[in-house]
Amino acid sequence: MLTVIPTLVGVVIVTFLLTRVLPGDPAIYFAGPAATPQSIAEIRKTLGLDRPLLAQFVRYVDDLAHGDLGSSLSTGQPVVTEIASRLPASAELTLFALVISMSVAVPLGIVAAVRQGSWIDHICRVVATAGVSLPVFFTGLLLVYVFYFLLGWAPAPIGRLDVFFSAPTDRTGFYLIDGLIDLDFETTWAALKQLVLPALTLGIFSLAPIARMTRASMLALLGSDFVRTARASGLDNRTVIITYAFRNAMLPVITTLGMVFSFLLGANVLVEKVFAWPGIGSYAVEALIASDFAPVQGFVLTMAILYVALNLAIDLLYGVIDPRVRLEG
Amino acid sequence: MKEAAIPSGAAAAIPAAAPATGSMLRHARYVMAENPVTGVAFGLFVVIAVAALLGPYVVPYDPLASEVADKLQAPSLAHWFGTDQLGRDIFSRVVAATRLDFLIAITSVVLVLAGGGLAGIAAGYFGGWTDRIVSRLADTIMAFPLFVLAMGIVAALGNTVTNIVIATAIINFPLYARVARAEANVRRDAGFVQAARLSGNGEFRILLTQILPNIMPIMMVQISLTMGYAILNAAGLSFIGLGVRPPTPEWGIMVAEGAANIISGEWWIALFPGAALMLAVFCFNLLGDGLRDLVDPQRRT
Amino acid sequence: MTRKGLSRRELLKSSAATAAAGALAAPAVWTPARAAAARSETLLLVTENGPNNLDIQGLGTNRPGYEASWNCYDRLIVNATKTLPDGTLSYDRDKLEPELAEDMKVGDMSVTFALKKNAKFQDGTPVTAKDVKWSFDRAVSVGGFPTVQMKAGSLIKPEQFVAVDDHTFRVDFVQKDRLTLPDLAVIVPSIYNSELVKKHATAADPWGLDYTKSNTAGSGPYKVTSWKPGVEVVYERHDGWVGGKLPELKRIIWRTIPSSGNRRALMERGDADISFDLPTKDFAEMKQEGKVKIISTPISNGMYSVELNVKNPPFNNEKLRQALAYALPYKKIMDAAMFGLANPLFGGASNKVTSIAWPQPTGYVTDLAKAKSLMKAAGVGDGLSTTISFDLGDDVTCQPIAELIQESLGQLGIQTTINKVPGANWRSEMAKKSMPLMVNFFSGWLDYPEYFFFWCYHGQNAIFNTPSYQNKDMDALINGARQAAAAADNATYDKDVEGFITQAYTEVPRIPLFQPYLSVAAQKNISGYTYWFHRQLDYRSIRKA
Repeated sequence: MLTVIPTLVGVVIVTFLLTRVLPGDPAIYFAGPAATPQSIAEIRKTLGLDRPLLAQFVRYVDDLAHGDLGSSLSTGQPVVTEIASRLPASAELTLFALVISMSVAVPLGIVAAVRQGSWIDHICRVVATAGVSLPVFFTGLLLVYVFYFLLGWAPAPIGRLDVFFSAPTDRTGFYLIDGLIDLDFETTWAALKQLVLPALTLGIFSLAPIARMTRASMLALLGSDFVRTARASGLDNRTVIITYAFRNAMLPVITTLGMVFSFLLGANVLVEKVFAWPGIGSYAVEALIASDFAPVQGFVLTMAILYVALNLAIDLLYGVIDPRVRLEG
Repeated sequence: MKEAAIPSGAAAAIPAAAPATGSMLRHARYVMAENPVTGVAFGLFVVIAVAALLGPYVVPYDPLASEVADKLQAPSLAHWFGTDQLGRDIFSRVVAATRLDFLIAITSVVLVLAGGGLAGIAAGYFGGWTDRIVSRLADTIMAFPLFVLAMGIVAALGNTVTNIVIATAIINFPLYARVARAEANVRRDAGFVQAARLSGNGEFRILLTQILPNIMPIMMVQISLTMGYAILNAAGLSFIGLGVRPPTPEWGIMVAEGAANIISGEWWIALFPGAALMLAVFCFNLLGDGLRDLVDPQRRT
Repeated sequence: MTRKGLSRRELLKSSAATAAAGALAAPAVWTPARAAAARSETLLLVTENGPNNLDIQGLGTNRPGYEASWNCYDRLIVNATKTLPDGTLSYDRDKLEPELAEDMKVGDMSVTFALKKNAKFQDGTPVTAKDVKWSFDRAVSVGGFPTVQMKAGSLIKPEQFVAVDDHTFRVDFVQKDRLTLPDLAVIVPSIYNSELVKKHATAADPWGLDYTKSNTAGSGPYKVTSWKPGVEVVYERHDGWVGGKLPELKRIIWRTIPSSGNRRALMERGDADISFDLPTKDFAEMKQEGKVKIISTPISNGMYSVELNVKNPPFNNEKLRQALAYALPYKKIMDAAMFGLANPLFGGASNKVTSIAWPQPTGYVTDLAKAKSLMKAAGVGDGLSTTISFDLGDDVTCQPIAELIQESLGQLGIQTTINKVPGANWRSEMAKKSMPLMVNFFSGWLDYPEYFFFWCYHGQNAIFNTPSYQNKDMDALINGARQAAAAADNATYDKDVEGFITQAYTEVPRIPLFQPYLSVAAQKNISGYTYWFHRQLDYRSIRKA
């Protein structure tokens, strides 16, 4: 657990340096058209960009310690507020995508393992790999084209909710959950519909690692001693596969899920751009292009903390589920 | 940190030096017969490599020559893949792009091997502070949302092919470092290493001449996956506007630029480079699986 | 060993979720319950970017922010509307109408406005001359773009603005300037609810810029009731508006949709009402398809041009610049970048112009032989290498132009690398004035040639003078033209204007390419779209059948 701290420190330093190395001078950007050297210098002073790098870093760390992630120059809102409001959007999308992905990938992996070497095995491998071989934005646009534009099955890719619905009362930020708490089924249904295409895009992308991992661990388990014993003892096939093999196979899959989740949070960026999803991915990208430091720093830091927390949680979960594995990593 | 370990009973057996060539070929044939998909992947790889080498010389049109009067034409006999918004022949551009994308894939891999691979081996072999530093570095990079880190690096350094390759290498560093570290650790006191030590070889010499070649087969799997990933990364960066500079033909930027035309019905502009890209990444991924089967059947997934 | 039936069942069970997804076949975008009534009174606008600030006088406000200001605030006067020959509506440069003022008396060195007595701000308080003075003082004091824009019409010092009494307001001139009155009708001199804004001002922020950034404190036809930056803006009609005829639309929803393909899809499927920042190609194609209404208007006082840095080598060489002017593939550029939706600014009779029309074509055409000989005369016969830069935010138009230019210049032996500069850096790069070759667009709000030249060719070296062109003769002609305009001396004015255009075309620090059209896509039941010089959407005149 102590290894977490140097990692976070490293992240803070690298992010700060990276944003300072980005080309583009925010002072000029915000001096607006027809800026004069004086107005640019004034603005630079207001933004604190004229101080030496070390002084800026010290001020940054000090702000961090007070929970102040600064303000976005392009929207003028405090970064903490914006991230807090946009994070649930990305998280909801990613989680939903994972659910879709797992519901397809896990059975696929099981079947592939159980019928190893057969044509089903090959098809599964091909399908899973195909999903991850296309750029994610391309998949997204294709889905929009086919399911919205041509077939009209999916709703307009216009964000989390159609314009005529207002968001449910903000409790968790997850529209599906909040909508249900409010007992506003119309809004929940609308939010669900908007989620489908972007989640499908992300889900297709994460099929491969999950299917692969499931297949691998199922295979290993199906050949292991205790499964053979179970079979030899006369237990029927279903019990063997589900109760014995599958349960144990899920352990490494859970670890993979952790990696897949953080990987998806990164791939989010492109999907959010395609579907106008108001998540932190699109927030960070716009800020990056505008050389707006604070949101980028805030985004990276948030993601790093999430990633570290997630890994910690998975380690703990692993230790709880599998007593054999309670050792130092 | 936890590895995604397969909970089989025995630890992985330490492979000895590579078997004789004859039996290798026999083994290869066996693997391909077992798994026809791998055979297809190998064949595809050869096609791609040939296209990369010879492509620019045999294309019907100059990939850079515009002919605005013929812009946005659907695929036809004159232009097999149609033309783009400046009237350039898409087939020629797709074939010509093979070289650049192949280059991006290979140089990314070479760079990350040299960086992450070597760092990982050193960490696994020497342990101690080397291990701690390399592991911390890998953890720090892993904690970043990787695509945004790549974006940041390319935005900071400028969008040239070199920088895109550097960014890809950096974000894959942790993975290579981890795998190399694990493998080197296992081989640290293996028989052949001890023999080399006894013969008076220095530590670094052992690293480079004994351990590195020995783990290469395992790394080959990662390498083929990374090759596919490098191309996808370049495509994603192009979508944001941080990809290679126009008018260079590169699959990723052709897909990114053609993406907006899908809705207007000019599907061919994005589809053909997209298909080529997908085929290449697909091929590399399946190749990784096949190589794994070839090299270390115990690890077969 | 395994029974076939088992695995299939497993597969089906775990795929239940995916199967359910297929049942989501609901073609309607909104449930019938809310549909009809809400829809007909609301306009759904989709664009690539939204505002970053609702106040044009704010720091670093972007173009979409101008639209919010335009529709939520009043100004003293406003341009009238006229109908163009092809039936589209446009603002009338030459006719000014009262908006907040009900009467305007132009004196020799001042102009006096009588304000409408029943004018009210959106919070119900009456509008007085005190508010007008405070707003004008603010405009010339906040610095940055708003102050510079005021200056363009010789509105410089707070002393010029006098609140004579509660409903009378006077602007004193510091000099005679033809542009003063039109400058009062641009977006910048908006009238703010001074009491409300002052309540939220602080010592560090005396003009309340922080408050007006996210709140509209005006008297205009619409007010912003909800703003989620980067997502959407929701406007509601201000029913107490007296600046003109009350608009028909009660509610406007403005959504940010980054992907242009999706915006087009939304328009073609009828799920959005209006969009105006699609790529030109989409407009040209949709015009032919006829599913939606496309209205295109030439952008007044605007042009895309190739700009050359005349301070540094290699383009400080006039003959080399002229060589480039003959080397550009003009027709191909217009075809590839604008699909016919532009007016050519090349191929005119000669560079020595005989009219004051602006913009007008240069005398250059694509003539590679002439280009080559000029290059030799310039002493650069061997060729050179350089970079061509443009704003990444405008790459849909600029990239094909840059690629075609790169190809043509290659035939002259000039190797160019294409450099796409991300939005924020573009302004920095322009300020640095170090880019040798650029593809750029400029359009001036006040549609007079001397206005364009003041910003783009005058030795004051404003940021828009990207070539860094400084020439005493040019300055004399521009200043002369402005003075002649103020004095209503048409003869001198015409002479000076023709003079500065001729000089600009001969010395060619900037090679005009074309005057683009501004296009708007709207559903067939939308009418009343009016073209404005600021190129943003004016919601007041729009009607939904």
